Order: sequence, then structure tokens, then C-alpha cells
Amino acid sequence: MDTERRTPTRRQLLNAIGLMGGTAAVYQMMTTFGHAAETRFAGPPKLDGARKGSTVIVLGAGLAGMLAAYELEKAGYKVQILEFQNRPGGRNWSLYGGDKFTEMGGATQNVGFAKGNYLNPGPWRIPHHHRTLLHYCKAFGVALEPFIQFNHNAYVHNADAFGGQPQRFRSLAADFEGNIAELLGKAIDQKALDTRLTAEDTDRLKEALRSWGMLDKDMRYVKGLGSSSHRGFELAPGGGVNGAPKPSDLLPFDEVLKSGIAANMAFFMNDEFQTTMFQPVGGMGKIGEGFARQVGHLITYNAKVTKLFQDKSGVSVTYTDTAKGGTTTAKADFCVCTIPLTVLSQIETNLSEKKQAAIAAVPYSNGVKIGLEMRRRFWEEDQDIYGGHSFTSQEIGLISYPNNNFFQDGPAVLLGSFANGAGAYRLTGMTPEQRIEVALEQGSVFHPQQYRKEFMNGASVAWNRVPWVMGCCARWNEDTRREHYQTLVAVEDRIVLAGEHASYVGCWMEGSLLSSLDAITRLHQRALQA
Amino acid sequence: MRPLIIAAALAALAAPALADEPGPGGSKPPVARTGEEIYRTYCQACHMADAKGAVGAGTFPALASNPRLGTTGYAAYIIANGKGGMPWFKDMLSKEQAQALIGYLRTHFGNNYKDPVTAADVEAFGQRPTSRF
Repeated sequence: MDTERRTPTRRQLLNAIGLMGGTAAVYQMMTTFGHAAETRFAGPPKLDGARKGSTVIVLGAGLAGMLAAYELEKAGYKVQILEFQNRPGGRNWSLYGGDKFTEMGGATQNVGFAKGNYLNPGPWRIPHHHRTLLHYCKAFGVALEPFIQFNHNAYVHNADAFGGQPQRFRSLAADFEGNIAELLGKAIDQKALDTRLTAEDTDRLKEALRSWGMLDKDMRYVKGLGSSSHRGFELAPGGGVNGAPKPSDLLPFDEVLKSGIAANMAFFMNDEFQTTMFQPVGGMGKIGEGFARQVGHLITYNAKVTKLFQDKSGVSVTYTDTAKGGTTTAKADFCVCTIPLTVLSQIETNLSEKKQAAIAAVPYSNGVKIGLEMRRRFWEEDQDIYGGHSFTSQEIGLISYPNNNFFQDGPAVLLGSFANGAGAYRLTGMTPEQRIEVALEQGSVFHPQQYRKEFMNGASVAWNRVPWVMGCCARWNEDTRREHYQTLVAVEDRIVLAGEHASYVGCWMEGSLLSSLDAITRLHQRALQA
Repeated sequence: MRPLIIAAALAALAAPALADEPGPGGSKPPVARTGEEIYRTYCQACHMADAKGAVGAGTFPALASNPRLGTTGYAAYIIANGKGGMPWFKDMLSKEQAQALIGYLRTHFGNNYKDPVTAADVEAFGQRPTSRF
């Protein structure tokens, strides 16, 4: 008892450190304890003491802009938000039945999904360690549910392997691991690893290989109940008279290698793609709506910013009302600009040459998502696939199955494509009708009997053609990071930029939020010095 | 060829994911060879089928009747290195593809520049993918 009283608990220690060194110290200490190693979020910022009457104009009502507005208003600033679109949320967005979307080039789609069904054109899954986003979802009452990220029973298709026949992920993964285990076992027997490992190590490794790779007593990966328990049975175990299982045939290892399954397995080991992942109930756009419940009263919609200037007395932003016409110049003491760089690089500013060069130095990636509404959940009913992704080397990239309303009758929307890179450029260049046709043709490789038969309607979003962002996400490289990143994120007198483009968590909502918190913390310090 | 294929595959595997992306499967269009095929595959996404560009919150410039295509070097530089929101294509297009594309752009969509695109013009293309940090 005595010891217990004198030794502080972990919580007491963290509190004490927090009092001495602030949140950064707590964060560092938490890391030492093995907590929080995956996030930079140390809780909402404590910004207070804004000078009376200080004003901030926020450009963009995406997550970065709305979070900046929320925290700055709490800190005592008078805040106004200008938004190009007629809705809040930015790339945080869902398309529902009845929605209309016109892309650059003029093609208009009327979304025909049944009530409750949706397509998330942009973000669609949330890693469990994106704590900033999770924090504000909880704070703003946005309900989350599991996103089925990893499904062993979905398919992997590579046009160059198995004559183009898709295989179940679990079969490919089991056969890959089984063969690797067997080969490594042979290498051990041939003393190939002796320089690295002691005799004790090799014994342990052999035992590990046997159980990991489902090897038989002779350290071979063979057809049998062991291998089938990983890769799937020919005839699954049953009950009664004919209950005995039948093992399945192994796939030829050269084809397994050609399928590229190791890359799929590695994909799921990326820390952003590990389970558990989440999605908002009812569509990703619910997050933007949740933020807008807090700051919607501050937003002016249909405001197309044409000029951004600052001088000793403040910031002035000129914008046109794209709905009603007319030009306005708004003034404020400070500005948080979250306009995507694709657009900002085309807006007239008097930012420094260096800053303008940074803004113009970051190109944007592309991306295409296609939603296909099907009459029934044939992937669940006929193929035992509940959520998760089937990957393909074709330009659609993957198809992904809905993560909610399992077992429900009636229409469901599956993601018919998440393309990027070269394939996404070609899909983007097509008409919406052509994109659906390609999605049906290529997706049929996984579900040839049902795909076209059960198809009802579809919708696509090609990010290069989304009028308010003209691309998907900022695409940095080592050179541009070195040359421009610090310039881009620095407060320049009264203006600071924020958004996923001003982070190292690019293309994730977490990046836009972390960028926003960092930007307003520095802007607030600057404002107090003024 | 074989070591090269393996090296390329290793590079692809070693690249960490730094954005929400589809996965490792690729997203591969059919190989585009002629200038027109290359334009349809890569360029009309933004510059549109008629090469007249488009307007949203910002603008995709028109390539149709564009005097900047008067020199081979300008087009080659922009396509290789990108400009503003436009990414670099030096690692997505081969030298041959770049040559065919620039030749096509300079003789279509109201452009009429007949002098040939040389191998030297497209030296920058066919590079290995760049790291995305």
C-alpha cells in the first residue's frame, strides 16, 4: 500500500507533466508509454484571449476551414467563412438519390439511387488512429460505424495471372505464405541461414514457419486439411453422415507470384490501411454536416474569391456571388485560406513571390469513383462477401462492397471503381455514361453472372472535373517538400494557408484538420503580437 | 529486361502509401500509342475532348488554337514537369509517347505547326516514378 501511494499512477504522471511542459510533453511521454504513437493530436487547441473585436475571414467551408472557424470563434474572434459551393463540407461529400452534379465540361448527372443509398466520391474510410477527426466526430455528434477494410473472402484479379480468373484473397495469401514458409524451411535445412541465426533460433523459426505456413510434418506446403483451413476447402466441413471436409487444390506458385498478391498483403499493412477503420452512418458527408451544425451560421455560399490582398491594416477578399451576381469586398484582420492550390494558384494575390511560387508548385492527383446501384446484394447472397474490396489490375482499380445494412433486401450501392493514376485519367476523359459502361464491363470479371443483370443505375465523380477543386489531392515530392513546404505553411503577415495540402497526411481528412489546428494556433500567436 | 522488371516491382512495393489510394492493383488503361490515343487517355480529362479547356473555380487552359504550341520545347517542358495544378508526366509517358502526343497537339485542334518533334525535345520523359513525400 505504501509503495502504491508513493508511486504515481500513469494518469497522475501525465497530468503532472502536462502542467509542467504542456501538451507536447504529454504527447512525448504518452509515446514512451506506447500510447498515441500514431497521432499528433493532443486535444483541441486552447486558444483564448483574442483581442476584442478581432476579425478573421476563412476561405473555404471544407473541414479545415470549418474547424478553423469553430476554434477561432470559440477563442473570441468574429469569423466569416466564404464558400464557392452552395454546400458545406468540401471534399467530404456524399451523393444521394435526387442529387444533381455538373462537372467541368458540362456533363450533368442526376443521381438515381434509392433512399438511404449513397456514393462517397471522396473520403470514405477513417483509420482508427486519426484521432483529430474521431474527436470532432464525437464532439459534433457524427455517428460512426465499422468500415470493413479487410475481407479475406473478396477477390484479387490480375489480368496477367490465372488466365485473368480472379482468385479469393485468402487462397492467394495462404498459398503465398505456405510456399514462402516451405522455401525458407529448405533454406534452413541447407544451412543457408546459419550465419545469421543460432541453432536455437533456427529451431524456433522452423516451428514458426510450420504453423504460419500450415506446413505438414515434413515442412512441405501440400494439399490437405491444414492448408485448406487457411485457403478455403473444396467441400467445407459439415454435419452428419457426409460432414467430412474435402481439401482444396493449391494454386500454382508461379501464378501466385504473377498475381502480385504480396503487394495486396503489404497494402493492408500500411498503417493508414490497417483495421479498425470507420465510416459515418449514412454517408461520409455527415461529417461535413456535423461541422456545419457548429459554424453554418458563419458561411456565405456561392462566393467565388477573385482577389486576396493584405496590407498593414488588414486583409481584403473580393468575391463574386455566382448565384445572384455582384461583387463584394470583405475585410478582416486575419485570413485562413483553405482554397485548394489548383484554384488558389489562379487567384490574384499580393502574397510574396516565394509564397506564390510555393502555391504554384504543387500539382494535384486525380481519382475517379463510380457508384453502381444493384437490385440485390448478390455479393452477400451468392458469394458470402460482406464489405471489403476486390482488387483488379484493370483501370477501375477495385470494387468495394457496402459496409452497412448487411442482409437487407432491395437495392444497394457498391463502389464500382476507385481509380487513380493513368487509369483514372482515361476514365475522367469519358462521358459519365461511358464510365458506367467501363465499370460494368471490368467489374463483371468478379461477378459475371450477376453484374449487368442486377445493375439499375450509376453515378461517377472524376476529381479533375470537380469544379471547385479541379483535382483530388496535393501531390508533393521530395524536391517540392524541400523547396516549398515550409514557405507554404508559414504565416505570411496576416494570412495563413491550411488544408490537406499543408500537411504530411496528404489526401486524408486528418491531414486537413491537423493542418488547420496548427495554422490557427500560429495565427492566434501572431494576432496577439499585433 | 528481367532485372529491370523486378527492380520496378520492388520500387512499387517499397513505396509507402501516403494518401488514401485504391491499393496495389494499379489502375491501368490500355496502352496508348498514337498521338490521338494518348490525348484521349491522359489529356482530355482536363483539357476536354475538343481541347478547348474548361472553367470551374479556376480554368483548364485550351490547347486548341494555342500559339504556345508554336515551339516544340514549351509543350515538352510543361507536359514533362507540369504547371500549377497539372502534374508532371515525365514518369507516366515514354519518350515515344511524348513525341507522338506533342506532334498530334501541334497539328490538330486548330494548331498547324508542321516542324517535327525531335528525340531531343522529349529527352526528359520515360523516367522512373518519383517518390511522393
